[in-house]
Amino acid sequence: MMNTPQQVKNPSSSLKSRFITRFLGALTKITAEDPISSSSPTRIFQRYRRIKVASNKSMAYSVRSRRIWSRAMLSRFRSRRSAFSGRRSSVKTTNCTTSPPPALIKVTINEKKTAKGGLDMQTDELRELVPGGEAMDVCNLLDETAHYIKCLTTQVQVMRKIVDFYHLSK
Amino acid sequence: MSGRRSRSKQSSVSSITDNQITDLVSKLQHLIPELRRRRFDKVSTSKVLQETCNYIRSLHREVEDLSDRLSQLLASTDGGSDQAAIIRSLLMQ
Repeated sequence: MMNTPQQVKNPSSSLKSRFITRFLGALTKITAEDPISSSSPTRIFQRYRRIKVASNKSMAYSVRSRRIWSRAMLSRFRSRRSAFSGRRSSVKTTNCTTSPPPALIKVTINEKKTAKGGLDMQTDELRELVPGGEAMDVCNLLDETAHYIKCLTTQVQVMRKIVDFYHLSK
Repeated sequence: MSGRRSRSKQSSVSSITDNQITDLVSKLQHLIPELRRRRFDKVSTSKVLQETCNYIRSLHREVEDLSDRLSQLLASTDGGSDQAAIIRSLLMQ
């Protein structure tokens, strides 16, 4: 029911350093594939999209399959990629995760009938914000949310430092 | 590890106890800047959940904003040679 207890952080390859390495690698790749002189609005927007995806992907990959939210995010990326590679005419570019299978939906409805009905309604909004949240029970949702927030703040912290670095080096 | 079995007044569908939820909610409360200062106050669960959603949304927006700024910055710099220096300086902090 509950997730595994606190992960022991390996000091030599912390989550943060794994994210930094991955994300910087992605940034280098994005920069290399784009002519530096090209700064048209379209190009910049595409670059923005790629950077944002790289940031979320880098974090999800750094967490790997240890968390429900990271697994959900990684499978979302994989399905998006296969949707693009095959059929170009009917491409699904929705950002929502697919709805959970009927069995899980039934469990959610049952939970709403219990004394915790109020809590379940309150968590609806949160479920949409946390990857994979729709199918989690309340305990997992709260636990995953805490970890997701920690990772998001790490993402933001690192990205800020990179931005500062580029600012200073100009 | 098994949670306590539900008391008689709760539905038997869920074996999640109020205490577990309270603990998790208070753990969340500590993560949210808005609510951290009110650590010793009683903050309602719904307030924590609401602020959690707001916080996650603001973090998403920050990622987008920083990605936007990076896309502008990368347009005019060469990222490759700086990378090693960046990694070193970032990791040392």
